[in-house]
Amino acid sequence: MADQYQSKAKVLKSERLATDVCRLTLLCPDIAKKARPGQFVMLRIAPAALDPLIRRPFSIYQTTAGGQLQILYKVVGKGTGIMAGLHPGDMVDLVGPLGTGFPIDVRPRHCLIGGGMGAAPLFFLATWLLRHPDAEPVVLLGARNREELRAIAPEFENLGIPVGLATDDGSEGHHGYVVDLLADSLTGEERPWHVFSCGPYPMLRAVAKLCHLRSRRCHVSLETMMACGIGACLGCALPRAGLNGYLHVCRDGPVLEAGQVAWF
Amino acid sequence: MMNSPDLKVNIGGLILKNPVLTASGTFGYGEEFAPFVNLHRLGAVVVKGISLAPRAGNPPPRIVETACGMLNAIGLENVGVDRFLAEKLPYLRGLGATVIVNILGETLDEYRELARRLGEEGDIAAIELNISCPNVKKGGVAFGSDPKMARAVTEAVCRHARQPVIMKLSPNVTDIRVIARAAEEGGAAAVSLINTLLGMAIDAETRRPKLANLVGGLSGPAIKPVALRMVWQVASAVKIPVIGIGGIVTAVDAIEFLLAGATAIEVGTANFVNPKATEEILAGIRSYLERHKMQSARELIGALAPDA
Repeated sequence: MADQYQSKAKVLKSERLATDVCRLTLLCPDIAKKARPGQFVMLRIAPAALDPLIRRPFSIYQTTAGGQLQILYKVVGKGTGIMAGLHPGDMVDLVGPLGTGFPIDVRPRHCLIGGGMGAAPLFFLATWLLRHPDAEPVVLLGARNREELRAIAPEFENLGIPVGLATDDGSEGHHGYVVDLLADSLTGEERPWHVFSCGPYPMLRAVAKLCHLRSRRCHVSLETMMACGIGACLGCALPRAGLNGYLHVCRDGPVLEAGQVAWF
Repeated sequence: MMNSPDLKVNIGGLILKNPVLTASGTFGYGEEFAPFVNLHRLGAVVVKGISLAPRAGNPPPRIVETACGMLNAIGLENVGVDRFLAEKLPYLRGLGATVIVNILGETLDEYRELARRLGEEGDIAAIELNISCPNVKKGGVAFGSDPKMARAVTEAVCRHARQPVIMKLSPNVTDIRVIARAAEEGGAAAVSLINTLLGMAIDAETRRPKLANLVGGLSGPAIKPVALRMVWQVASAVKIPVIGIGGIVTAVDAIEFLLAGATAIEVGTANFVNPKATEEILAGIRSYLERHKMQSARELIGALAPDA
C-alpha cells in the first residue's frame, strides 16, 4: 500500500447532472496517476471543520492524463450537501488511491452491471477495458427514474458499447430491476463471462446469486461505513463467507469476489 | 538565533523524543500510516491493542459518526501476540520507531502472559495496559472500574514486564482519580487517559440502534472538554506522569493537555480524519514553543495559570 497520498485537490468543476446527482472534477495529479478502476478516495471537504468530522469514501469515476480525477455522487446528507456547493477554485483534501480495485483480465467477456451511483467505478472500468482491442464489454444500468438514468447513461453510450437500461418506475428502459436484464445478457459460450457489479446491497446480492447459479465469475464493489479507509479503524468489517471472521472493505475490497462474502 | 526547543519528555524513566504519541486503536500497527507519517519522528507509536489469541471483533455496523465525533464498537479485533511479534513488530523496528504495545486480556493470567511475552522483546519501549475498553463483555471494563482489580492487574503486569507499564484509564467511572491512584500503588510508571466515553446512537426512522453492539465508545473533538478536566484532576492526584488523550486534533489541543498537567499526549480519532495529524501537531508544538520563547516542552507541563 505504498502508493497512497494525502493531497490537497483543487476543484476544477462542480456539476449537477440531475436533481440530486452531482459530479466533481478535481486536480490531484499524484492520486490520479496511480488510481485504478474500483479504487476509491477518502474526501474531506473543509479541513478545519469538525462537523462533519469523518471523511467520506467515494469511488473514482475516471481520471485523465492531466491529473484530473472525477467523483460521481448523490446528495444524501450533510457532507454531500456541502460538496454540492463547492465552486471551481475551492480546495478539498483527498487520501488515495485506496483499496483493491477490479481485477482486469481481457480474455473473458465483461458484463458491467450498476445500480444508481454504482455506475461510477464501472465507468472507470469500462474505459480501461476499451484500451484493449479484444474487449467487448456490455453495460447494464439501473436507476430510480429517467432523470437519474440520464445523469449516468450518456457517457457509457458515448463509449459505443451495448448499454441495457432499467428504471424502477418504468420511465425509461426495462420497468423493474436491472438484475432482470442480467440473465439474458450472459449468452454465447465462446468466451466465458466475467461480471462486475456495483450498487445497492440487495442488487449485489441478487447479481452474486445469479452468477453463482450460472457459474459466472463475479466481482462486486461494496460500500460500508468506514472512518479511515487505510485499514486502521477496522470499522468497515464485512462477514466473510462461511462466517469465518471478517473482511475489511477498505483493504480487502472494495472490490471482492462475490464468493468471498457472506450474503444476508 | 535561538536553539530549536527541546521536545524530550520523561514517562516514568522512559525518555521520549517528543510528547506526541498515537492512541491505540487509531493507528493500526503503524505500517498503515507509513505513506503519510515518518513514524520514527513520533514520540512513540502505540499500536492496536494486542491479546494472547487473535480476536475477530464485533459484527458490523461497528462505527457511526456523531456530532464532532464518532462511536465505535470494533470489539478489539487484533492479530494476536504471535502474529504481532512475527509480522508487525519487525516492520516498526526496521523504521526505527519507538513502539509502545497496548495489551488486553480477560483474566489476570492473560495479562501476565502478555507482559512476559512482550518483556522478552528488548525494543518494545513500554506496555500500555488496556483495562478500560467498553466494547467487550468480559475483562477490560471490570478491571478498569474496580480499584482493587485495577491495582491487582497493574501489579501482575509490572512484575512480569521489563518495560515501564502505562495504565490506560476509563472515563466511565464515578471518580477517575481513585483508579489512577490504584494504578500508581500497583506500580504503574504512568497513566494515560481518557479512553472512550460509553455512548449510543439510534436511527429514528428504523427505530434501531446504529451499532450492532448497541453501545460503543465515543471519541473525537466532542469529548475533549471531558478529557481535559479528567487529565487536570488526575495530574494533581498522582505523582506519576499523565498522558493526555481525548479529541486532540491540533497542536493547540495538545498544548492545552500539557498545560492541564499531561507530560505527553496521544492523538486518536484525528488520525482517521487527517492521517498526517501527528506530525502536524508535532510541528505546531515546536512553533508554539519558539513563538513563546520557551526552551523545552517540559515548561508547558502543568503550567496552567491558577485562575481565569
